[in-house]
Amino acid sequence: MGWWLLWTALQFSLMIYYGISIRESWMDASVTSSILVLAGYVMITIVKYFKPSAKNAVAVLVSALTLAILTDGVLFSVLKMLPSSTEYLTWLDDTLLIRFIFIWMMIVIAAINGWLFFYIKEHQQTELREKENEKLMREAELSGLRQQFQPHFIFNSLNSISALAGTNPSLARKMIEQLSDFLRGTVKKESNLLVPLKDEFNHLQLYLDIEKVRFGHRLMAEVKGDDVALEMKLPSLLLQPILENAIKFGLYDTVGEVVISVAAKAEQNYLVVEIKNPFDPSSASPKPGTGFGLNSIQRRLSLLFYRNDLLTTQQDENTFTTTIKIPQR
Amino acid sequence: MKIVIIDDEPLARGIVKEYLSSFAQVQVMAECGDGFEGVKAIAQYQPDLIFLDIQMPKINGFEMLELIDNPPAVIFTTAFDEYAMKAFEANAIDYLLKPFSKERFDKAVNKLLGQKNINLPAALNEEVGSPESQNRVVVKKGQNIFVLPVQRIHYFEAFDDYVKIYTTEGFYLKKKTMVYFEKTLDASQFVRVHRSYLLNLQELTRIEPMEKDNHVALLKSGARVPLSQTGYAKLKTVLGI
Repeated sequence: MGWWLLWTALQFSLMIYYGISIRESWMDASVTSSILVLAGYVMITIVKYFKPSAKNAVAVLVSALTLAILTDGVLFSVLKMLPSSTEYLTWLDDTLLIRFIFIWMMIVIAAINGWLFFYIKEHQQTELREKENEKLMREAELSGLRQQFQPHFIFNSLNSISALAGTNPSLARKMIEQLSDFLRGTVKKESNLLVPLKDEFNHLQLYLDIEKVRFGHRLMAEVKGDDVALEMKLPSLLLQPILENAIKFGLYDTVGEVVISVAAKAEQNYLVVEIKNPFDPSSASPKPGTGFGLNSIQRRLSLLFYRNDLLTTQQDENTFTTTIKIPQR
Repeated sequence: MKIVIIDDEPLARGIVKEYLSSFAQVQVMAECGDGFEGVKAIAQYQPDLIFLDIQMPKINGFEMLELIDNPPAVIFTTAFDEYAMKAFEANAIDYLLKPFSKERFDKAVNKLLGQKNINLPAALNEEVGSPESQNRVVVKKGQNIFVLPVQRIHYFEAFDDYVKIYTTEGFYLKKKTMVYFEKTLDASQFVRVHRSYLLNLQELTRIEPMEKDNHVALLKSGARVPLSQTGYAKLKTVLGI
């Protein structure tokens, strides 16, 4: 509509300048603009449905030319049918060629415009789809990483329950309840969910209680955190694989009693959790804990926070420390 | 029949003992919480049968068996171990997947009681290493057991039925083949440079020509390891020269 008004006004002024009467100028200008708008619309529709690539640009030019000839023809027959002076008719014949070139140009511009518009729109849609895809993949990967806890743990726990069923049925029952609570905790949570540290600690405690039944006096654990830290949030089930790793290292790399400690504190905008386990530097492989446990945590953190520096490990004498920092929003 | 139970979980040992109580002719001599205790108890009591867990502190069940010269009959008890599954089949009386039923347990024990000529696990399957065997080698010297991380090993040398394993502290003997170590250890770190030598590349400092077309490798420790012609060629490929 804006275009129509602009071109009508422009052509109108031009015709007045050349000495054509107001009525005829007005009539010609409005009819020309209307037909031009119509032709432009047809051209855009063609471009929209055929989505031409750079290769068939010639085809576009040809169809624009055809359309221009057609438009010119229609325009002339319409204008000639309208009542007008001879003066005007002579002028009309004189401007045949210039009008034709002008119309052709306008149609080509419309075609390019349309093509650009649809191209950009399509591009945006592809981009959106890719983003969506990436997000889905990330989620799938996250849930995959979360669920890989050790089947060892489950089968050994069931074996302990089987042993207790004969000697201490009430303890067996208690352990079944703990194992159920623990498993329920691991299946119900969504992968990206942020939970308060105190919830995660409750879950860890269940895990530790079960492990303590399995390993008896060998395993001791302390889990503590300051009040501020307990309310801070972290991705659900993030700590459990680290604890699992720490217990595995502690129990299988040393003989005798093993103390595992988990300590959390609030530090500026971070929740910092430190997990310590004993290890034997003489027999440990050069990079303890680069096994599955910590790699998956590293990957999960980088997927969630786009950072690779949130998990660090350190070994001094007989203690292996895993430190994890969770940015708070 | 004398029995030793080796498992790091007290409850897991408990259930084996409980199930065994229905067999009149058996006697549990010892319960052990790790492989070291296991080696000692086996030497002391000379049991007819051991129940053995795989995943245990310091050394696993397979590594423990490697340290015993005349191993008794073995029933493995384990929760889940894909590597173990393969290894048992060749060597053990049976394997019990935890948790196991009394019926399944009785069947395993009766296998031993019923037959006289059973395959004792004289040596574990040469081709199958446990997951840990890529990273460490367990050896015995006198009464002491050492767990050697592979990066501390300078080189291996064939020595009759044994392999000499050289470290900074000297060498250890182990009844294995060169092929076993060549196959289980990381091929980019350990290269068979000679029929009788397997070399840790981390230890290599220099390669020198010797008389005729031969070469010798100089190690950080000062040791000189001869290279065969194919060994020299293999070394050059791995080092990219």
